[in-house]
Amino acid sequence: MLTQEVAMRTPGQSNIEMCIQCGTCGGSCPSGSAMDHTPRAVFALMRAGMRDAVLKSNMPWMCVSCYCCTVRCPQDIHITDVMYTLKNMALEAGTIQDEIASDFSKAFIRYVENYGRSFEIGLAGIHSLTHMRLAARLPNMVPMAIRMLTKKGMLPLPPKRIKGIDDLKKILKRAKSMEAA
Amino acid sequence: MSDYIFYPGCSMESSAKAYYDSVMAVSKPLGISLKEIDDWNCCGATEYLSLDRMPAYSLIARNLALAERQAADTRTVVAPCSACYLNLSKTDHYMGEDKAFGEKINEALAAGGLHYSPGELVVRHLLDVVLNDVGLDAVKAKVVRPLTGLRVVPYVGCMLPRPDYGKRYSDTERPTELDDLMRALGAEVVDFPLKTACCGGHMTQIGPDTAFELIRRLVSSAVGCKADVMVALCPMCQMNLDAFQSQMNGHFHADYRMPVLFFTQLMGLAFGEKPEKLGFGSEFVSAREAMSRIGVATPQPVVEGAAARPRKAAGLPMPPPRVTARQSTGKD
Repeated sequence: MLTQEVAMRTPGQSNIEMCIQCGTCGGSCPSGSAMDHTPRAVFALMRAGMRDAVLKSNMPWMCVSCYCCTVRCPQDIHITDVMYTLKNMALEAGTIQDEIASDFSKAFIRYVENYGRSFEIGLAGIHSLTHMRLAARLPNMVPMAIRMLTKKGMLPLPPKRIKGIDDLKKILKRAKSMEAA
Repeated sequence: MSDYIFYPGCSMESSAKAYYDSVMAVSKPLGISLKEIDDWNCCGATEYLSLDRMPAYSLIARNLALAERQAADTRTVVAPCSACYLNLSKTDHYMGEDKAFGEKINEALAAGGLHYSPGELVVRHLLDVVLNDVGLDAVKAKVVRPLTGLRVVPYVGCMLPRPDYGKRYSDTERPTELDDLMRALGAEVVDFPLKTACCGGHMTQIGPDTAFELIRRLVSSAVGCKADVMVALCPMCQMNLDAFQSQMNGHFHADYRMPVLFFTQLMGLAFGEKPEKLGFGSEFVSAREAMSRIGVATPQPVVEGAAARPRKAAGLPMPPPRVTARQSTGKD
């Protein structure tokens, strides 16, 4: 069962099977307008076992992790955490339709895995170059980048590498092997 | 001086330097000593959890393990960033609630010679420490330059009051802690209906149109509430509302100019610290005019203001009325 599989992969007691289809989640969602399905619909699809439709939906990827639905859910379902699980599963299944969100996450984490720290300005630059309609965004992006450098003193250099990067890499490698198991 | 273990988070060293500087400046008058976790790493924000949960939680848990090893006089970890705060407390919470999960994370940590015992540390946001450890009376006693007459929007954002594993805040949607603190500093506090509405988070990168609408909602509401300034307590919120305000203006053919500061910057001013020490001048939308209302001269930003000129960008066809913070107030 798809719901059980998702519940298994979500830490804690996520209460997925408790959904009563009330729609409070969708009505509370600040990024709902960017989604193909509402969270409520995704829960219905999950319960119907429609794996492909669930894992192809952009709904979890457009989630901004505001936890509004989670605290309002009358059934105490950990909706935001369930969305993280669905994103993990969609990546594994290779079903993502629009890769802008997952590519952003990957670019963010690439720095973290190699330096132990994130790298905001480099990340924003690289991500924009590969994904935004550049001609439309550039007139706004350039002045913003310049002000990031001048006002905030942010340098376009990679972040400082943590001392324990080798140990961190071992930890992450071990953790990744668990998820695959 | 009370000791705390400090987890600054990546933004504090780059885009939110003003936050870092002002936190450091107010820590002394508040009587709190912040000891940084040695060799801490990024918490992964919301991005790593989206990709792969086991390494994501292990990444966060490494910080908890390092903090536990370092803990001597205190078990409290203070994070000034809401996302870092949530990630650290979420990991502690789930490792404790879900024993099998906690053991797996520790198995991963063991590969790097580390271990974390869930529940060993208490993760708290700086606001919580200021309110509940220092206390409002002690804060009031330190105020030498009250923010009298400054209309402040207390913008809390999402990840501090929600999901609130430790039940530390008064409400998940209308918490009053930041209001109380701003009032203690002498500010006039706006009862802001969107105080925990989303700032757009990472949507600025993956769905700008959605982000711009969320930013517009907050900024225009603040202007409608006749606020002089918004205060934030999270680097992401501050960045979205401040740095992206001019892009949002471009998108909607609007001309909002609402300064967005960190709550510690205003606290520092009220404590009589010099604006230069508090990171003033690094905001995109200048707070100079707002601060002049309380007789404080903040540094002139290096590059002035927002690119206000509306362009024929790919925005919406119907512009909202052009208003700025003060044109619409009809007071003073």
